[in-house]
Amino acid sequence: MTAVSTDRAGKDYNGRTVLDAVSIAVPEGRCVALIGHNGAGKTTLMKIILGLIRPSRGRVEVLGQDPATAGVDFRAKLGFLPENVAFHDQMTGAETLRFFARLKKVDTREAAELLDRVGLARAADQKVKTYSKGMRQRLGLAQALLGRPKLLLLDEPTTGLDPVLRTEFFEIIRGLTEAGTTVILSSHILTELEARTDLAAIMRDGRLVAFGDLESLRQEAGLPVTVRARGDAVELSKKLNGAFHKTLPRNSAYIDLDCPVDRKMELLRALADCGDLCTDVDVRLPTLDDLYLHYSGRAISSGTGREDAV
Amino acid sequence: MSPILVLAEKEFRDGLRNKWVAGATLLLAALAFALTFLGSSPAGLVEAKPLAVTVVSISSLTIFLIPLIALLIGYDAIVGESERGCLLLMLTYPVSRGQIMLGKFLGHATILTVATLVGYGAAGLAAAMTGNADAESWRAFSALLGSSVLLGLAFLALAYLASVLVAERSTAAGLAVGLWLIFVIVYDLALMGLLVASKGGVGADVFPALLLLNPADAYRLFNLTAFENVRQISGMGGLAASAHFSPTILLTALLGWIVIPLATAIAVFQRREA
Repeated sequence: MTAVSTDRAGKDYNGRTVLDAVSIAVPEGRCVALIGHNGAGKTTLMKIILGLIRPSRGRVEVLGQDPATAGVDFRAKLGFLPENVAFHDQMTGAETLRFFARLKKVDTREAAELLDRVGLARAADQKVKTYSKGMRQRLGLAQALLGRPKLLLLDEPTTGLDPVLRTEFFEIIRGLTEAGTTVILSSHILTELEARTDLAAIMRDGRLVAFGDLESLRQEAGLPVTVRARGDAVELSKKLNGAFHKTLPRNSAYIDLDCPVDRKMELLRALADCGDLCTDVDVRLPTLDDLYLHYSGRAISSGTGREDAV
Repeated sequence: MSPILVLAEKEFRDGLRNKWVAGATLLLAALAFALTFLGSSPAGLVEAKPLAVTVVSISSLTIFLIPLIALLIGYDAIVGESERGCLLLMLTYPVSRGQIMLGKFLGHATILTVATLVGYGAAGLAAAMTGNADAESWRAFSALLGSSVLLGLAFLALAYLASVLVAERSTAAGLAVGLWLIFVIVYDLALMGLLVASKGGVGADVFPALLLLNPADAYRLFNLTAFENVRQISGMGGLAASAHFSPTILLTALLGWIVIPLATAIAVFQRREA
């Protein structure tokens, strides 16, 4: 079942188009990463999905309803963490979460459990104004998780979280998606999303430039696999005889070879045939960063060495 | 529990925490006490009931003070939350925009009501202990308490309307001060100017109606004319006879000044985008 679908959704503000012809379909229980730089339209798309703003064009269906006209019952199934989440400074963390729990008609005991889950149990009785950025972010996450939402929207959820908390955060997300919650999150830190999201939606200047699972996006982009072969770089490049596009760094301790995905094994066999000339091999698949740079229309940086096909 | 009550309770707790409740109560009590005891000393000379004197002086004070307190409490109710970024999150909760408005309004209204009833009520008790109050004075004093609350709510509703109409907190603050100046000071001056300029040409039928178009004037007329003993002291006997407004009409006007701005504010809030 499709949890979120948009059909050529667009949004204008004062005659300026901030979102244009965005069509996505997110199946239930999947985690989607919205990727794009500031002003790409990620937050606008989230606001449309939440029903906070109405699209100027196109259709949007979320959990079987039009979010712009859906009522209170619809919002009871949502969880949202806004970018730069703000709370009332004079309330304690526990008071804040209890307030939101009551507003969402969720048992206030769940609030205490969630505080514990995001690691705020000890700071629960401190006023929010004493919280660090990361603690506020965790409190924001806790309120988004109240009432086991069917759809969770997280705008830059991992800013201010240290690596341990980030890992825990993605564990929580995985637990939720396994239980059927659909998650849409945006982030600048692309590498951390890679292993943890099913789908990626890459946005640029209000348009969706790519949408799909990472594997098919990789294929579609046709980005090369980079193989770094260590050993005698000069001899290796002679031996390979121009069969692969390569980058030869100055110190010649290794050689970077680009090859299309479907020729990866061919390259690895060729390297294996080189015997002692090649001492080690690293295979680097195109990352989300590479995909992002590719789809957002920028050149992929190709290292520092001279570049030529021998 | 209804989301309206959850929001109202939070707003009231915020009021307790940031000392709005305590501050407003103390201010109103201090001034009411001062007026009660200063009002008692000359009272014997004019054979007026001290409590009736207190009603006249407190109502004159209320017209300036309570609208100001209400506007200060209410002007950032929506725009403040919006600027801090709290509103965006709240709008994704299973609460309607009408409920958000009514809940916050109820909370702020409770703050105002508590401050008025406790602050003025203390002065009333003090007057009762001096023993110079008859039953009608007590009725007048109760009417003063009730109508002061209504006046406060009317300006609170106006503050909410200002809060939902503008995009920035500072604009809302300016608008609140403007509303206070217009309704509390400028309006009466303008009416007087109109009377003088037209040499009384503005018909006697139009002029009283113009008084209903200002909650502060409706409040003043109600308190100074509704009770005979107060009328005598306030010198409003003549005016009461000529202005054909029963207390019911004046109270209805005050209620209208609560309901209409609040309903308009809710309608504006429901239409705008987050």
